[in-house]
Amino acid sequence: MALELSAEESEERMPMPQTAFAPDVFTWPADEPQLIGGKCRSCAAVAFPLPSSCPRCGATDVERHLLPRRGTLFTWTTQDFLPKEPYASRETPETFRPYGVGLVQLGDEVRVEARLTESDPQALDFGMEVELAIVPFRTEDDGTEVMTYAFRPV
Amino acid sequence: MEDVAIIGVGLHPFGRFGGKSAIDMAAEAVRAACVDAGVQWQDVQFAFGGSYTVDNPDAVIGQLGLTGIPFMDVYNGCATAATALQLTADAIRSGKYDIGVVVGMDKHDPGAFTADPVAYGAPAWYGEMGYFLTTKFFGMKINRYMHDHGISHETLGRVAAKAYRNGALNPNAFRRKPVSEEDIVGSRVLNYPLTQYMFCAPNEGAAAAVLCRADLASRYTSTPILLRATTLRTRTYGAHEVHSTWAAVEQVEAPTVYASRAAYEEAGLSPEDVDVVQLQDTDAGAEVIHMAENGFCADGSRRSCWPKGQRRSAAACR
Repeated sequence: MALELSAEESEERMPMPQTAFAPDVFTWPADEPQLIGGKCRSCAAVAFPLPSSCPRCGATDVERHLLPRRGTLFTWTTQDFLPKEPYASRETPETFRPYGVGLVQLGDEVRVEARLTESDPQALDFGMEVELAIVPFRTEDDGTEVMTYAFRPV
Repeated sequence: MEDVAIIGVGLHPFGRFGGKSAIDMAAEAVRAACVDAGVQWQDVQFAFGGSYTVDNPDAVIGQLGLTGIPFMDVYNGCATAATALQLTADAIRSGKYDIGVVVGMDKHDPGAFTADPVAYGAPAWYGEMGYFLTTKFFGMKINRYMHDHGISHETLGRVAAKAYRNGALNPNAFRRKPVSEEDIVGSRVLNYPLTQYMFCAPNEGAAAAVLCRADLASRYTSTPILLRATTLRTRTYGAHEVHSTWAAVEQVEAPTVYASRAAYEEAGLSPEDVDVVQLQDTDAGAEVIHMAENGFCADGSRRSCWPKGQRRSAAACR
């Protein structure tokens, strides 16, 4: 099941205000959004999101580093039951839509854990090429769409 | 350093017990362990208590007798029991005490664990966005492992069926009914490839042991269990760990590999010398991985060593 609405569905809807769920984590709005990681100035280790210190060497000199938009699926699973709090999608057991979760390798830099727009095991595969997408996560009472990051098969 | 012996053990059954508190269950487990060891609570010089749901396991002394002994509480995630046992043994090995008790107690809500991810070193959005689930991590981990080593869904079913069979034989087990491999594989997928009956369900219970200096053990029992080694390790850079937003591209040995290697070295034993194994089996995939990581078979040969594993796996958490 896809997280995103099809093009037809999107066109039928009135445009509504959108906001980023975790603004510090991805660049958006942007034509080519990217995840915001960190790179150690001492040992060049890359982590996500931007850490206050390097997880490999402990140095506190870590610079903001934008991650590649495309990658490959190292491993994946599906989330087929509604998570307990603090899950904040506003879904109920009746409205819950399963989602995929992957560990996506971005170049030779880092692997990031991310939702996948695809949750059908038959449509997911190891090494599959995927691309960053900013997708609706939940809708607030005033109609504002809260957007988050995910990867979709290319 | 002193050698250490386990001279008594006590269990409160695992399951669901309504309004009975974890501390109540722990008191029963400690009493049973003391009876098994042939010691009085008043003989116990110190204790370690472990729990996830109980803030102060030491409150159990209110039911056992207020003797004033040092009682240290530990929480170390899934390694809480191993940590409490190691600290108890080390306190005796150091020569500080002769005899002590270690007790674990918990009373979990049904279903997958949850908490504030910030308290686990992850960002708040990690939970709000639906990543803060141990079961999802287990699914990702075994999915890749099955891909790398050619392991089938049926193998996961066999692992879980074995645990249910053992549970049926164990009056202290939570799950007491055998479940067929077909029903396990065919049950609802929770986190692909793991199904509902492949997960160990959080429940309630308590366990205790009495430890003493090995040279004093013969006072209490003719069949002491010598504790040859307890080891604990954390990950190094390159290991993919639960509740992580990222992982390094380079991959290294899992902590279990070098923790078990250190235990074998300390004990002067090898995996071939081991007759009974209890492995972390939060899910059927974890047992497959941990069989290899602890040296009981090569990666991917779980299937061929299965009959041996089936005979030898006496303990079950389901």
